[in-house]
Amino acid sequence: MRHKENSQTLLQVRDLSVSFTTDEGEVEALDHVSFDVAQGEILGLVGESGCGKSVSAFSVMRLLPRPMGRITNGQILLESQDLLTLTTEEMRKVRGNEIGMIFQEPMNALNPVKKIGDQIAEVFLLHQDVSPLQASDLAVGMLAEVGIPDPANRALEYPHQLSGGMRQRVVIAMALACKPKLIIADEPTTALDVTVQAQILDLLQNLQGKNGSSVLLITHDLGVIAENCDQVCVMYAGRIVERASTQALFENPIHAYTRGLLASIPRMDGVPKNKLTTIPGIVPALSQLVQGCRFAQRSGRPHPASTLQCRPPFKEVTSGHWVEACPVCTKI
Amino acid sequence: MKQKQEVLKLDQLCVHFPVRGGVFRRAVGSCRAVDGVSLSITRGQTFGLVGESGCGKSTLAKSIVGLVAPTSGSIFFQGNQINSKLLTAEYRKSVQMVFQDPVESLNARMTVGAILEEPLIIHRLCGKDERSKRVAKLLDQVGLPESAAKRYPFEFSGGQRQRIGVARALALEPELLVLDEPVSALDVSVQSQVLNLLMDLQAQLGLTYFLIAHDLAVVRHISDVIAVMYLGKIVEIGAATDIYANPKHAYTKALLSSIPIPDPSVKKKRILIPGDVPSPINPPQGCAFGNRMNAPNYPKSIEQELKMEKVGVGHWVLACPCCVHM
Repeated sequence: MRHKENSQTLLQVRDLSVSFTTDEGEVEALDHVSFDVAQGEILGLVGESGCGKSVSAFSVMRLLPRPMGRITNGQILLESQDLLTLTTEEMRKVRGNEIGMIFQEPMNALNPVKKIGDQIAEVFLLHQDVSPLQASDLAVGMLAEVGIPDPANRALEYPHQLSGGMRQRVVIAMALACKPKLIIADEPTTALDVTVQAQILDLLQNLQGKNGSSVLLITHDLGVIAENCDQVCVMYAGRIVERASTQALFENPIHAYTRGLLASIPRMDGVPKNKLTTIPGIVPALSQLVQGCRFAQRSGRPHPASTLQCRPPFKEVTSGHWVEACPVCTKI
Repeated sequence: MKQKQEVLKLDQLCVHFPVRGGVFRRAVGSCRAVDGVSLSITRGQTFGLVGESGCGKSTLAKSIVGLVAPTSGSIFFQGNQINSKLLTAEYRKSVQMVFQDPVESLNARMTVGAILEEPLIIHRLCGKDERSKRVAKLLDQVGLPESAAKRYPFEFSGGQRQRIGVARALALEPELLVLDEPVSALDVSVQSQVLNLLMDLQAQLGLTYFLIAHDLAVVRHISDVIAVMYLGKIVEIGAATDIYANPKHAYTKALLSSIPIPDPSVKKKRILIPGDVPSPINPPQGCAFGNRMNAPNYPKSIEQELKMEKVGVGHWVLACPCCVHM
């Protein structure tokens, strides 16, 4: 983990709201979400499925499925440039060049009928003034950088000839080809084994340190967060409920949801066969969300009507540690 | 010495799949998915099996429930040898499986009640009135309301569907449950609910579990005995506490060190394993893991036959010169 003091903010997401048109009508997947990623920092977004972490990532890339998904409010500032005001053409220059994205399922992120070398070379051809020959050389260089043995020959292979871990390395090579300022990694290791996960996270950290890029790391695994991130945002039902430095969040979680999440994972140092703490119920459906505290039903504590009607304020409890201050859920 | 009853015993079990090629699709080689596995599970125990994808965990599980026929070796159930080509109804009834993906393993066109009734009908266990009582009891056991019987799987969340999967496996009052990654498709907060349910059911009904999982913290939490599998072979087996506190095989050590710990204050040294699990079609000679790690003693492992050796009470390790230092 790197610590840079007074580093500049690279990405600012302000009051971002995203709606989806579904059979049940309009549902709000993100509700006024704000977060910052500083230069050279790794920010983790953690939460259960459906909490909006991937939607946040896809919004920054402006890759929401259309026409169902729409950004209804907010700003996404990359070095004071609002990405939401760019034309499609201009946005294409940002993707892959200034922001690189690593997807969850490497097989789906790669074109199955194109050689991997050509797929990486394409990034160089699109964003840099190079000849096709130079681009292939650069692609081979990228493959070497992400630790693929015998890169010159591997560049001529197709995705199906590689293992899952190797494919994810190719996706990383593509994402990092133009040395982007921001890397968005959406569950980069969820489809991989623990041993390969360790390799990939190690590689990502090394390359990030070398290039000084910032990373927005999306995961549901609190272990991955603890070992890789500088800052964490915990998301629940389309909102950020807690934001803090990794150290502060794990040492002193404030929101009932964060505490429940941390308590419910089996620990390597826990007592075997002990009953695990659970969060009762399930994540509420997006069509049934309330304006007030959304964790109320599952918190197991009675919520007065006032906390269900209006959104709890997002408050800074200690320096840099923010929490959605529902009076019931933040009472320890 | 035999205090506890042995429920399942595998002796040198092998599952090899033919690899076909050429114009006539003749077998040109074999994929050694499970290669000489021996183990024994006693009643009321949870036996955890861990390993990377492609190491043969699921094939081993399938061969136990009879979905895949073993090539050689034998399976003993409660002391009797099982003919895996002709499984008795009694064995099918006593060994049930819970699958990884609760969406794909439940028939979307059947109501939950019909899903839970089906095993009872197939085994002709009870009449119609009795069946609906049994279904209600099963739903209650896994913490679902009785009204669930009339609904369809899609109306339930992932965690609830996995509860239905568990209820179906319990319908025949089995002795042994084979759990293939029962919680890996679930969210963290729901995962702990299902794990608690599994532990409760085991305590109430005296079930024996054969658990496959890739999450080593989950396996550690609910298992009594753990086996670590690599490329079709068990490389280490022992009590859960011994395996985690005192791993002997280099692969077990590396596997344990790659688990991310949810505590930023813990600084640990990760042993990075280069490369991937090699293909079981043309496995390297000698110790497969030593070959992957480029261990200096690897050539020695080709010369000798690798055997399981005892290193503690009930703690055995595949003694190879490059991965184990006695």
